[in-house]
Amino acid sequence: MANMAPAHSPAPSGADGETRRDFLLHTTVAFGAVGAGMAVWPLIHSMNPAADTLALSTTEFSLATLQEGQAITIVWRGKPVFVRFRTKEEIEAARAVPMSELTDPQADDVRVKKGKEQYLILEGVCTHLGCIPLGTKPMDQRGDFGGWFCPCHGSHYDMAGRIRKGPAPANLKVPPYTFLDDTTVRVG
Amino acid sequence: MSTEKSVWQKAFEWHEARLPLVSFVDNAVGSKYPAPKNLNYFWNFGFLAGFVLVLMIMTGIVLAMNYVPHKDMAFDSVERIMRDVNYGWLIRYMHANGASFFFIVIYIHIFRGMYYGSYKAPREVLWWMGIIIYLAMMATAFMGYVLPWGQMSFWGATVITNMFSAIPLIGEPIVTWLWGGFGVDNPTLNRFFALHYLLPFVIIGLVVLHIWALHIPGSNNPLGIEAAPADKIPFHPYYTIKDVFGLGVFLIVFFAIVFWLPNSLGHPLNYVEANPLVTPPHIVPEWYYLPFYAILRAIPDKLLGVVAMFGSILILFVLPWLDTSRVRSATFRPVFKLFFWLFFANGLVLGWCGSQLAEGLPLIIGRICTFWYFFHFFVIVPVVGWMETPRPLPASIGSSVLKAAE
Repeated sequence: MANMAPAHSPAPSGADGETRRDFLLHTTVAFGAVGAGMAVWPLIHSMNPAADTLALSTTEFSLATLQEGQAITIVWRGKPVFVRFRTKEEIEAARAVPMSELTDPQADDVRVKKGKEQYLILEGVCTHLGCIPLGTKPMDQRGDFGGWFCPCHGSHYDMAGRIRKGPAPANLKVPPYTFLDDTTVRVG
Repeated sequence: MSTEKSVWQKAFEWHEARLPLVSFVDNAVGSKYPAPKNLNYFWNFGFLAGFVLVLMIMTGIVLAMNYVPHKDMAFDSVERIMRDVNYGWLIRYMHANGASFFFIVIYIHIFRGMYYGSYKAPREVLWWMGIIIYLAMMATAFMGYVLPWGQMSFWGATVITNMFSAIPLIGEPIVTWLWGGFGVDNPTLNRFFALHYLLPFVIIGLVVLHIWALHIPGSNNPLGIEAAPADKIPFHPYYTIKDVFGLGVFLIVFFAIVFWLPNSLGHPLNYVEANPLVTPPHIVPEWYYLPFYAILRAIPDKLLGVVAMFGSILILFVLPWLDTSRVRSATFRPVFKLFFWLFFANGLVLGWCGSQLAEGLPLIIGRICTFWYFFHFFVIVPVVGWMETPRPLPASIGSSVLKAAE
């Protein structure tokens, strides 16, 4: 390439043979690439949840009418949230499970609020591929571990919503929630 | 006939000298494309695939004029197309069944390529373009199936999009980005409609590349040997007429389904409107995805299941190098031919497994067949190519026929 440079300004070469022109070319391409990335980002980000979608992110509901042993489904962000009033035996059974038996080890007490251990609140979305597990309605199949059973690909969850058997990799998620008073819960 | 050119002939030549559009088509699929003279009816399916693509775009455009991509209106707008729009039932049934027939045609086209070794040198890039077209078709068909917003639409979309959550670390943000929300919802339906409309035109571009790559070496043939110029005939009129005859047969079968069994290939649950709070007890994809769905469910690990499912298609990209035999056509490969049909049968059994609940016997058979699917590519194909003694190849296409006549 050296013979192409004008005679009065020989291209200064670095130790590795890189010329000033190469440097200009590389920086120009680098700036161009960064610029193209910045130009494309608004297009990509426009596909993420919009402000109005995010604004629907909290739901409040009352536990006052929920009886021991019952479960209900409420809707949060368009998806079901399972709320179960667990019996004493169910809580004890969930606590008695040794960690070594769990795919996604988590103690029962970190999945509920302290002092409100009877209320198990979970996102009702299977962690495998997003189906709604059965087990909330009284007549539902509840799987081999008495909690929930996902009919799509056969995942079994226990009385703490933990995965015990099947293809799902993780426990049913606990959504962020707070008790506003003794029987009112805000999810989100 | 006078030697004087007519004014129309002159006008045509004037235009061709400036934009040789007719010459371009004539070179691509006309009298200037020499094709081997021994192509059998399995070579009709490329043309048929092109025909169905055009049919899908034409019916799709008019459907889009009456369809509403909103979660509260999509289902009803499809029912309105079926009941109130003039010929709406016909256009929608052609479009819905057209998707199934597109896959039937493409599967025969792919298996033809595998049987006659069309993927081997020098046609590897032609084969790649075909796989990319197939992947684009799968994406298009998947998003199209979501649009009627029935229960299978919704839960199919949920399961498929959730597969991306298996990707470590970035999986969850990717799924949220795909949805545009916290689950499959109105933003998802909107973008799927936009992409479902876009992708067929991308496929047209890919088809142009596919045909371009075809023209570099020319068509393969049932004997799999190089066709000498003397063994070639012009594509038009010889193969255009053969393709049109095949089209007639295709249309008889296609319209028999469209008119008399229009819902036989679909799922009745998709006539129930989508409900995000109730998952149907048994979700199945459309029939053309069933073998891959069986592979997904055969593996009891989320990430590995998804990897195996995508891998089962991506493995086709390296097939030209997995196959160690230089002989293309299975006609001369007795051992390969046996394993080819075994692989074909294995695919059908996988499809059946995909349609059943993933438990008991179908799950066990599904696992065996999944194993065989990969075993075929990774072990059978390379080893058979290496060990097998192929039958002697004829010196030319012509000699194979002349010798038989003697």
